[in-house]
Amino acid sequence: MIAVFRDLFRYNGEFAIGFMIMMVILGVAATSFFSPYAPIDSYLVAMDAPPSAEYVFGTNSRGQDIFWQLTFALRNTLAFGFIVALISRILSLAIGLISGYAGGAVDRVLMSVNDTFIVIPLFPLLVLLYFVLRDDMTWFVLALVMAGLGWAYDARLIRSVMISLRTREFTNTSVFSGMSMPRIVTQEHLPYVLPIVFSTFMNNMNWSIGLEVTLAVLGFTDVDTPTIGGMIFWANQHSAMVSGIWWWYFFPTLFVTLTFIGLFLLSISMNEYIDPRSRLDRMGNS
Amino acid sequence: MTGPLLQLEGVSKTYRRGGLFGREEFRAVDNVSFRIEDNEPQVFTVIGESGSGKTTLARMILNMVRPTAGTIFFKGQDLASMRGARARRIFMKDVQPIFQNPFEAFNPLKRVDRYLLMTAKNFTPARSSAQLEAAADRALKKVGLSIGEVRGRFPHELSGGQLQRVAIARALIPGPSMIVADEPVSMVDASLRMSIVNLFRTLRDDLKVSIIYITHDLATAYYVSDRIIIMRKGEVVESGSARVVLENPQHSYSQLLKSAVLSPDPHGRGVLTGDSAASQQARASPHPQIDNLEPQVR
Amino acid sequence: MTQISGSPLDENSYVLETRALRAYYRMKYFGIDREVRAVDGISMHVRKNEIYGIAGESSCGKTTFIKAIAAAIRPPLEIVAGHVNYNFINNDLYALPSKERSAIRWRHLSYILQGSMNVLNPVRRIHKTFEDFAFRHMHMGRSEFEQEVKRHLERLRLPAEILRAYPHELSGGMRQRVCIALATLCKPEFIIADEPTTALDVVVQKDVLAMIRETQSEFGSSMIFVTHDLAVHANITDRLGIMYAGRLVEEGRTADVFSNPMHPYTAHLIASLPRIGDIHPRNALTGSPPSLADPPKGCRFHPRCPLAMEICRHENPALTTLAEDHRVACFAASATVQPTSDEKPQHPEALETVR
Ligand SMILES: Nc1ncnc2c1ncn2[C@@H]1O[C@H](COP(=O)(O)OP(=O)(O)O)[C@@H](O)[C@H]1O
Ligand SMILES: Nc1ncnc2c1ncn2[C@@H]1O[C@H](COP(=O)(O)OP(=O)(O)O)[C@@H](O)[C@H]1O
Ligand code: SF4
Ligand SMILES: [Mg+2]
Ligand SMILES: [Mg+2]
Repeated sequence: MIAVFRDLFRYNGEFAIGFMIMMVILGVAATSFFSPYAPIDSYLVAMDAPPSAEYVFGTNSRGQDIFWQLTFALRNTLAFGFIVALISRILSLAIGLISGYAGGAVDRVLMSVNDTFIVIPLFPLLVLLYFVLRDDMTWFVLALVMAGLGWAYDARLIRSVMISLRTREFTNTSVFSGMSMPRIVTQEHLPYVLPIVFSTFMNNMNWSIGLEVTLAVLGFTDVDTPTIGGMIFWANQHSAMVSGIWWWYFFPTLFVTLTFIGLFLLSISMNEYIDPRSRLDRMGNS
Repeated sequence: MTGPLLQLEGVSKTYRRGGLFGREEFRAVDNVSFRIEDNEPQVFTVIGESGSGKTTLARMILNMVRPTAGTIFFKGQDLASMRGARARRIFMKDVQPIFQNPFEAFNPLKRVDRYLLMTAKNFTPARSSAQLEAAADRALKKVGLSIGEVRGRFPHELSGGQLQRVAIARALIPGPSMIVADEPVSMVDASLRMSIVNLFRTLRDDLKVSIIYITHDLATAYYVSDRIIIMRKGEVVESGSARVVLENPQHSYSQLLKSAVLSPDPHGRGVLTGDSAASQQARASPHPQIDNLEPQVR
Repeated sequence: MTQISGSPLDENSYVLETRALRAYYRMKYFGIDREVRAVDGISMHVRKNEIYGIAGESSCGKTTFIKAIAAAIRPPLEIVAGHVNYNFINNDLYALPSKERSAIRWRHLSYILQGSMNVLNPVRRIHKTFEDFAFRHMHMGRSEFEQEVKRHLERLRLPAEILRAYPHELSGGMRQRVCIALATLCKPEFIIADEPTTALDVVVQKDVLAMIRETQSEFGSSMIFVTHDLAVHANITDRLGIMYAGRLVEEGRTADVFSNPMHPYTAHLIASLPRIGDIHPRNALTGSPPSLADPPKGCRFHPRCPLAMEICRHENPALTTLAEDHRVACFAASATVQPTSDEKPQHPEALETVR
């Protein structure tokens, strides 16, 4: 395992860069636990101070230190992405497996539900939900809603992989070796499906973070929980751009962009390591 | 009891092609009947071009696909009346498959011995891991391998020939009375082809296993089989003793097949110059290959 | 890669010449470190207007050899030593800058591969694929190009309707014919065919082979034809090279190799061919082909060879001319046959012993 990690780091530039970026991001998010200020308190420090030795990222018009704000925002944003990805992966795995394995009517029903979810216009729906739920639309509820909306595309992918696995000859060999179907699915097929789950995990995190940021910037989320989008929202509220307080925009944007890039690089390099085909290539298929 | 081992009566399989509208029925297997007696193990060969329904027929015999018409009896039992996992397991103990592509027959991410041990565990009384290995080893010995050569190996670590022999060994573990081999030699080269076909002879003569050998290779079919049917578009066009049929085919399609076999001998060469029956037929029609244009459904 | 400057071909009738060509897969990755010597010192040439066949069981390195001569080298595959010369470049292929090398692949070489589905784009109609592949290289107007494609199909006796089809709508044989049409549209000097008919039925296979033969002789192209099926070689190739475990063990005119195989491996292969009307038992070779990651020392066939001698265990037999136009790499064969004439092995590099 350590050798694998070392070689990934040494031979796979994408992994090395992505890994380092994510370490920095996680490091910054982790310092939030040592913050001298509570995340929602305001007017604690001088207002609108540019980056300096005292306030590395400057302060904002609400009297908050942007660096410490950012640590909370990153932590919440990452946790948000993680929860959405985790729940939606579980959903797409379960639905993809059942649909691909059961076939017939079950498959048809599940896939028509699935297709409905794929074509739902997400953004207007989320905005609508915000107006319906208002204050009940907490950070966690939003995560649940987005997880409920984000599984469909990958469930279809998993289903199609399952269907092709079911027709592979080794599945028949397993059947005639006396293995039961559930056993075949978990032992023979899952190794092909899990890599998809892993690599879509990162992509799904990126998707949900991106959507959350967009919603937050427009004020359609619970802006009292500091997130990256929330920071930009407040910057807008105070017309930070007009007043030339660029650092209020710059640092959240920089860090969310780094997060996107880091997750993306990890997803493609993980893909290369976990994909059974490239794994076989490395073993040298004779 | 000496009824037939396997008996097919008017077996057909119809697939529906196309979408919701303009559905058309397509007969992959059309009214096939034959029987294999219990007391005389034999190599029964099914020959035909691709798409002629051979795999569909094999899958029906293996009870993986239900016929749309007709009945298949195995040892007197109608396969359609078989219900439940237990009955299916008893059936699988007696009828085992070998597939076309040895590299596909085992999960590339799993070790191959796993399938041998699994089969031994599910179909033989062996329980302890030593017993299971012994059962696997006995089967491997029959195909010229031993457990030491396959223990802990992944498919890509074995050659195609070794894999195909492991596949045959796995099929032998339950002690079946019939093996259905769907194009087992299409993907392997000449010398290996012969060793597999030789193995079929040994199985028939020494272990009294009947083999349904599906192929489009007429030369090995001649070498190994006792009886033969030739299929075209789901129908049996000719059947009989293998040597008689292949030496002197009666049906025009069988003749076409035979004339297309490339001979390695000097006097048989030259079929590519275009004066053979097949080429003449191809040239006679204005669009020689147009019948190959028919869409392929998979 | 060791770079010895290549010399131009002295014999003008050769189209391709390889000298002591070595191509290894070298993998150093995720804690695994291995070297697969898939092509290990092959010297051969292809003459103008001939079909040169390469036979050998699967995994013996046929496809790797093809990749090496087609300059389709991608990691982990590396050219470790040797030369590949084409008469139309008058130089060592691997001495060229890589840009020129890929230009040559387009201009002079073309391929017919086994998996036609990998060549034909599944979501594009056939005529689009023709455009994608060849339009840029034909230097003509669009309508002129379309006319040329139609003419070409007609010449190959293919219906023009196929241009409107998607690949999945065609049968396997038809797809393979389309690939042949695609490969010959630019009238290449050199065609490389890797198992082009292996997935086809006998009837279709025969037709496709006839088409390949006709096309090749019509255009006067030279061709390397790879298949493990000796009956196919007997019917289509002019000369035949037999590969075993990364090396060429015998080479000669196809008829000679069949009537007088001198290498024990070739002799075995030919003796084991089944024939309709002949049921006398054939023996299979004992053992299995060696792993190319760890091949046996000396003659790589020695663990399975019925004639193996002491020397075979230590030394690698060189490919030596034992009869007219017939080279064999076997100590036993060399001992029974005096090399004809004073001819020495053509390329000294070929003699160099490995391990
Ligand atoms: N991409 C690869 N990486 C590592 N080893 C490979 C790769 N491709 C082929 N090989 C190995 O090289 C050897 C020759 O393969 P190949 O040239 O494809 O043989 P053939 O075409 O004769 O079947 C085999 O042992 C195979 O395992
Ligand atoms: N599940 C299926 N659904 C629809 N058509 C099928 C199915 N399986 C096979 N077919 C069709 O049945 C015909 C016979 O196929 P098959 O039995 O595989 O022939 P063979 O094994 O002789 O090549 C083919 O035309 C094929 O397209
Ligand atoms: S060199 Fe020796 S081992 Fe090799 S083929 Fe000849 S006799 Fe056999
Ligand atoms: Mg089939
Ligand atoms: Mg190959």
